[in-house]
Amino acid sequence: MTAIKPTLAVWKFASCDGCQLTVLNLEDELLPLAGEIDIAHFLEATRATVSGPYDLSLVEGSITTPGDAERIREVRAASKTLITIGACATSGGIQALRNFADVQEFLQIVYARPEYISTLASSTAIADHVPVDFELRGCPIDSSQLVDVVTAFLTHRRPNVRGHSVCVECKRRGTVCVMVAHGTPCLGPVTQAGCGALCPSYSRGCYGCFGPAETVNSPSLSSRFKELGLRERDLVRSFRTFNANSPEFREASEAHESRT
Amino acid sequence: MSHERDRTLMVKALARVEGEGGMVVRVRDGAVQDVELSIYEPPRFFEAFLRGRRFTEPPDITARICGICPVAYQMSSCLAIEGIRPVTVDGTIADLRRLLYCGEWIESHTLHIYLLHAPDFLGYAGAVEMAKDHRELVEQGLRLKKAGNDILALLGGRSVHPINVRVGGFYSAPTRQDLGKLRETLLRARDDALMTVKWCAQLEFPDFSQDYTFVALQHPDIYPIMEGRIGVNDGSSFDVQSFDDHVVEEHVAHSNALHARLADGRSYMAGPLARYALNGLRLSEIARDAASEAGLGEVCNNPFQSIVVRAVETLYAVDESIRIIDHYEIPEVSFVEVEPCAGVGFGATEAPRGLLYHRYQTDVEGIIEDARIVPPTSQNQVRIEEDLRSFVEPRLDLPNDELTWLCEQAIRNYDPCISCATHFLELSVVRE
Repeated sequence: MTAIKPTLAVWKFASCDGCQLTVLNLEDELLPLAGEIDIAHFLEATRATVSGPYDLSLVEGSITTPGDAERIREVRAASKTLITIGACATSGGIQALRNFADVQEFLQIVYARPEYISTLASSTAIADHVPVDFELRGCPIDSSQLVDVVTAFLTHRRPNVRGHSVCVECKRRGTVCVMVAHGTPCLGPVTQAGCGALCPSYSRGCYGCFGPAETVNSPSLSSRFKELGLRERDLVRSFRTFNANSPEFREASEAHESRT
Repeated sequence: MSHERDRTLMVKALARVEGEGGMVVRVRDGAVQDVELSIYEPPRFFEAFLRGRRFTEPPDITARICGICPVAYQMSSCLAIEGIRPVTVDGTIADLRRLLYCGEWIESHTLHIYLLHAPDFLGYAGAVEMAKDHRELVEQGLRLKKAGNDILALLGGRSVHPINVRVGGFYSAPTRQDLGKLRETLLRARDDALMTVKWCAQLEFPDFSQDYTFVALQHPDIYPIMEGRIGVNDGSSFDVQSFDDHVVEEHVAHSNALHARLADGRSYMAGPLARYALNGLRLSEIARDAASEAGLGEVCNNPFQSIVVRAVETLYAVDESIRIIDHYEIPEVSFVEVEPCAGVGFGATEAPRGLLYHRYQTDVEGIIEDARIVPPTSQNQVRIEEDLRSFVEPRLDLPNDELTWLCEQAIRNYDPCISCATHFLELSVVRE
């Protein structure tokens, strides 16, 4: 007798497809995973779709159109567990830079006929629209964290994803601090771990792909950045990238903007 | 059903493409009335929010346009920004860029060949379904794809949105020892790539060919990725700097992507078939031999055979990666210093899907005043619609389901990347 396998659906909203691709990039785990779970809806991978309800939905992308604001409610209603994957879904993504500008002006810069385009003035996280069971951070998400989260779902345990900063990962892997040793501005102290402290291990400062860590002191980091020669407008840009609309980074960038 | 003179073939949400799009083909009185490749992927406004950013930021920011080909965006933006002063980046750093880019060609092409396109030829909904009957084949594909991702992870830090690229070069350069390990993986990958060409060559292709205008980078000595002028298969060519004079974009109602044409109104095809037609003789020996054994002539005009050309390019990219590794000496510096200055810079490279053009204008402090990005899929969009029209008309006696699937496949021939083109795609066939 074979047990009924849980069903998986993967959904895309405004995004680059990179977090969905992380699923397809699990070259060693993809076929075994397909043995544990029924892929019921995953347009990037298959034209076969099964209607809901779904046991697990992975949602990539942010909400930027009236139609998508409606569609995410339908996805939520059809999903027993809903996990958002990546910076777009968990904070609004790089396209949330519009939240700090006039979207009509943006439309005119990119499109000759702005009247053909339907868009919202803001890009927002999925959790701003519907209840979310777990948020997996990253731009893009880390593949081993993804495997952990899906395994956690299959085995009914909590995901082994922590909220501490990138600094902890640098210490753990023995990477010399790029800010202390080389004076390289690094967002590691305020950014959530998960990437494995990649940038410092390549002699570069962290640029915040995983969004704010659980307890952060951005003003203190900003003071240090200023000592390293960054100006207020540089600080605005530092906090205003792929997680610009996360509350902590938003607050930091707006504080610096008010001083420019 | 198939003898109705009026009908609509419609696919609301295309599967196995990157991003969100659909198709509509409307047939009236037994003739194709209207073909629309609609792109409803929401716009993300990259060109707008690049204004006011520093000249050092486009490689990280524009990578986020596409998770499948971030390196293409990083490299076109680097070339454009380095072109402002201008600064030349050559030697080992240029070789490392080419190696990184080869990694992306391998990863992206193999994803398309095995996971997105092959299921059409074998009649499966997707690769996971296909793996139930063809496990070894899919495993071969995943192994090859992983080799591409291994290059990206070593040189770039990770395969999606690499972190090691900067204007002027890299934050850090790999050691010969690091690359030595990669070489072992690539030797196996070269065998897998060769098998992939052979496998693709024996597929059955619909009898369909078009008289294409091909546009791609063209170079006298090498198969271009980041080098050369922009060539057209009518024998003409132009500098990357004059792209805006030769290519015009228009905005149509059914698409959030702009439609590109040559200035004289001709639609054109960018991508593997174009590169192959314009540069095929500059492939490495093993890739040229494999292409000829696979039955490809000097030019391939059947878009369904693009899967074979992609496999040949994958083999080339693996072979080229091995060549670069064999000649590698760690450079004294991993990047060339680039200072801010006022001006305009242009960059074009060959993304897996075709030519990707960037232009930036900066002020004296290096702040971006204006940005323009033309991705391959918006260049191919008009040509995809023309293919659909020519393909459907002689096949109207086919049942709707079969014809619709064939139309989807005709679209997937272009490996369209909708996330890229929207700054792109819905397929529906409407028989009224």
